[in-house]
Amino acid sequence: MTAVEPSVVPATPAARRGYGRWVAIAVLVVLAAAPLFLAPFATSTLSRVLVFALFAVSLDLLVGVTGLPSLGHAAYFGSGAYAAGWTSIHVTAEAPVPLLVGAGVGALAAASTGWITARSAGVFFLMLTLAIGELVGQVANTWESVTGGANGLTGVPAVRIAGQPLANAGFTHWYVLLVAALGFALVWTVARSPFGDALRGIRDNEPRMRALGYSTSLYKYAVFVLAGGVAGMAGSLLVAQQRLVSTADVGFLISSLMLLAVVIGGAGSLWGACLGAALVVVVRDALGPTLDGHGPLVLGIVFVAVVYLLPRGAAGLLGRTR
Amino acid sequence: MSALTCTGVGRAFGALKAVDDVDLVVEPGARHALIGPNGAGKSTLFKLVTGTLRADTGRVELAGRDVTGLSEVRRSRLGMSQTLQHSSLFGSMTAAETVVLALRRHDGSRITPWPRRDPALRERAQESLTGVGLGGRGDTPVPALSHGERKQLEVALALACRPTLFLLDEPAAGMSPAERARLVELLSGLPEEITVLFVEHDLDLVFALADAVTVLHLGRVLLSGTPADVRASDAVREAYLGAGRREELFTR
Repeated sequence: MTAVEPSVVPATPAARRGYGRWVAIAVLVVLAAAPLFLAPFATSTLSRVLVFALFAVSLDLLVGVTGLPSLGHAAYFGSGAYAAGWTSIHVTAEAPVPLLVGAGVGALAAASTGWITARSAGVFFLMLTLAIGELVGQVANTWESVTGGANGLTGVPAVRIAGQPLANAGFTHWYVLLVAALGFALVWTVARSPFGDALRGIRDNEPRMRALGYSTSLYKYAVFVLAGGVAGMAGSLLVAQQRLVSTADVGFLISSLMLLAVVIGGAGSLWGACLGAALVVVVRDALGPTLDGHGPLVLGIVFVAVVYLLPRGAAGLLGRTR
Repeated sequence: MSALTCTGVGRAFGALKAVDDVDLVVEPGARHALIGPNGAGKSTLFKLVTGTLRADTGRVELAGRDVTGLSEVRRSRLGMSQTLQHSSLFGSMTAAETVVLALRRHDGSRITPWPRRDPALRERAQESLTGVGLGGRGDTPVPALSHGERKQLEVALALACRPTLFLLDEPAAGMSPAERARLVELLSGLPEEITVLFVEHDLDLVFALADAVTVLHLGRVLLSGTPADVRASDAVREAYLGAGRREELFTR
């Protein structure tokens, strides 16, 4: 017997696609127009939301689509951030070089560690990624000549486009929005492809997929590298936005907060992951000071409430998640 | 050349020899049944053939090719396809999506990381569902299918892999008499190119379908022959009824 619950009857795909497209366009327009109306601090908070939304989407490709819960995904986010920052300081800050370097190093870091995790699943995957995340965090802490050690990598110049630095929060926001939208589109495309169907098959029933002739380890490795690359992209956006990288950006706390974001949003739903990331960033960074440092407490309460009330996350409110 | 040859195949779990030095030859186009009382090692032998478990000793050959060292994935690509004893499907997919997974893997199309419109694929999925009597159920999510329908989907899924050797582990388990009749009809209607090896408890179904039978008992082959041989054999009757053991008890 398959251990699955009868699911909610889905709305017809055509209807969902129809209104989904308009919602997506409306959200993009609002995000693009935001700097014209918001104060610089609010704009840069919104940029941070986008950075972490892209990170959460890359993590959701592992957790929600493939069923691999990772507690070390910040390792690739951080690797990308350090690489993009270092390139901006020592080579060039001209777009898209830091972005490509960030994505490349994120993917490379995932490729060089993913072979350890590709054969595992479930709790073992969770523990292995946790260990790898801690290792990378340790490297960031001790490799001072490159990462700046505990001081972090500071004095990163602003991203330049055609020689012009993106001097204010508004221009930076548009750059972040453009790249995050591209990254989201990339993950969305992959999730809807035949490859994405195979990933869902692995999530549902990996032994059966092997019996059907899919080398599941290979698929898991490929998606791990891809998710690492997209996380590296998000890392390069983090540097573009906050102009420094610290060891906290590679650490366990970020990994676990983002896993939380994916669960709050509804694992498997990409836009749900974006909502979850937005909630985490807003509570932690924007409301944190006014809550007298009790941001994590609020997040904890939200998490418990979500698990009890919305077992399929925010996305569960709108019917079936894929 | 036989479709499947097992030579001296064995597998032990600790001190228990679940399968012990088994020889099995399945002729091309055969409807070969593997029977035996509970604990005879049928399911273990089945797993050794599919590659889910690796044999400790012996050789497994698929159409003359040694596959003993190959993984389940490689064996599947070489034309072995299986249904499992407990239906094992994909909880988030519809019946049609499930079959498409297997069709894509085995019709030579590439598993691309970008979306593809492929109406021909949808059509073939529809055909294979119709073939097992699930024609109108393509868009039904798997969890909403009945137990019998899931078993039918299992068969469609395994056949979508275009097998040359089709392995079924207790295909009729938990089926109603009507569903059983449909299963017999379906399996006997399979083309000659597909060799079938099945494990089954229901002896009526075995005698209705099989043209060759291998009886396992306590991990060893008790008898291999035609259904008539098996019916006539005292040894088989004793193994099933436990008469052999009772006799031992009295003679010692």
